[in-house]
Amino acid sequence: MLDIHITLDRGDFTLTAKLHSTALVTGLFGPSGVGKSSLLQGIAGLVKPRQGHIAIAGDTLFCSAQGINLPPHRRRIGFVFQDALLFPHLTVRNNLLYGYRQLSATERRLSLDAVVAILEIGALLDKSPQHLSGGEKQRVGLGRALLSSPRLLLLDEPLASLDERLKQQILPFLLRVRDELQIPMLYVSHALPEIRYLTEHIVGIQPGFIDSTIPFSSYADPSAPNSDR
Amino acid sequence: MLDLSEQEIAALLLSLKIAAWSSVLSCPPAIIIGWVLARFQFAGKALLDGLIHLPLVLPPIVPGYLLLLLLGNNGLLGRWLNQHFGISVAFSWRGAVLASMVMAFPLMVRAVRLSVTTIDPRLENAARTLGANPLLVFFSITLPLAAPGILAGLVLGFSRSLGEFGATITFVGNIEGETRTLPLAIYTATQMPGGDDQAARLVVLSMLLALAALAGSELLSRKLHPKTAN
Repeated sequence: MLDIHITLDRGDFTLTAKLHSTALVTGLFGPSGVGKSSLLQGIAGLVKPRQGHIAIAGDTLFCSAQGINLPPHRRRIGFVFQDALLFPHLTVRNNLLYGYRQLSATERRLSLDAVVAILEIGALLDKSPQHLSGGEKQRVGLGRALLSSPRLLLLDEPLASLDERLKQQILPFLLRVRDELQIPMLYVSHALPEIRYLTEHIVGIQPGFIDSTIPFSSYADPSAPNSDR
Repeated sequence: MLDLSEQEIAALLLSLKIAAWSSVLSCPPAIIIGWVLARFQFAGKALLDGLIHLPLVLPPIVPGYLLLLLLGNNGLLGRWLNQHFGISVAFSWRGAVLASMVMAFPLMVRAVRLSVTTIDPRLENAARTLGANPLLVFFSITLPLAAPGILAGLVLGFSRSLGEFGATITFVGNIEGETRTLPLAIYTATQMPGGDDQAARLVVLSMLLALAALAGSELLSRKLHPKTAN
């Protein structure tokens, strides 16, 4: 599913990531500020790695040796951001359909109705994003990414800005996306229980360093409380 | 109330025509340059920035004189345009539009630039991951979110054009019915013996116009109040 080996420079910080996974959902666990976001931006094509390759489900998106570097809009990588980043000038409906409208009919694997039903956001469609709660925004952001029929869904701390009660409300939706839609996901979080809820395939992050060949259990203290928030 | 003569009405209409053309023609390049200055780093950026802002700090007569040297009937570009295309901008209302554009352009670029700077670039990145190519991102995300600032810049540029005096009189002169706009008509009246009444009427008219433009921009900005990013 994932075949990634890249070296990324961000300012004076360098990240080396080796990520190989055949699981539907891969969890990426580690504290903030160690390069998780950089990795996701590299996969989405928003930042260019210095070298390496990125292949998702057999399709090469980036390869420095062969000179391949697809621009973000051709990668079909869905991105769910921590703060949703809904377009403030569009209604919820037009936010949801933004990526959908870029696809030809044959590329569309999901309908608006299906996504609205799974995420239970039918009552929000004509609202403006300013009038949504944090949990609603996050669900719309997830729906918007799903409707772009991505080959991989990147979730960057999607629950970090929500309180405990809302987290418990969103997690079942993520399970449904996993089980009913079968879209591969890379789930990044500093909260281990969230990741464990979705997958047993967990990769740990060290500062500047990600390697999926090292078993997660060999990391010093995987159950350390997430104290960085 | 204001009992305007035929010449005064002509000056008013000419001012509005020149300011409207100047704003409309300046808008697209001002949007592009404001956006480029807000979003990109490149060699020569400071130079471009400085050149655009020059008319803001120079005495208006200087850009007017440079326009005359360049586009006057004996000017470098003016002679060529006249010989090959029969186009002459000197001493015509088209030249007055050009002079207004040069003077109002920095104000419009500043307004656009400022409003593009306030747009979260991560929104544009989100659009890219959803399959939007750079052109679509610009037209569907950047431009609508910058719209309030662009409108503010338009009103500002329009008002600046209405008030343009120095560059206009230097470049295209003070020809009644062709280049004599409101400020030039006021100037002419003050130079005439017994022209004080006329000058006073035109001054009141100018103030009313300026107030209307301000009120219009206030209304627009209230209607299009920048929606905060979530």
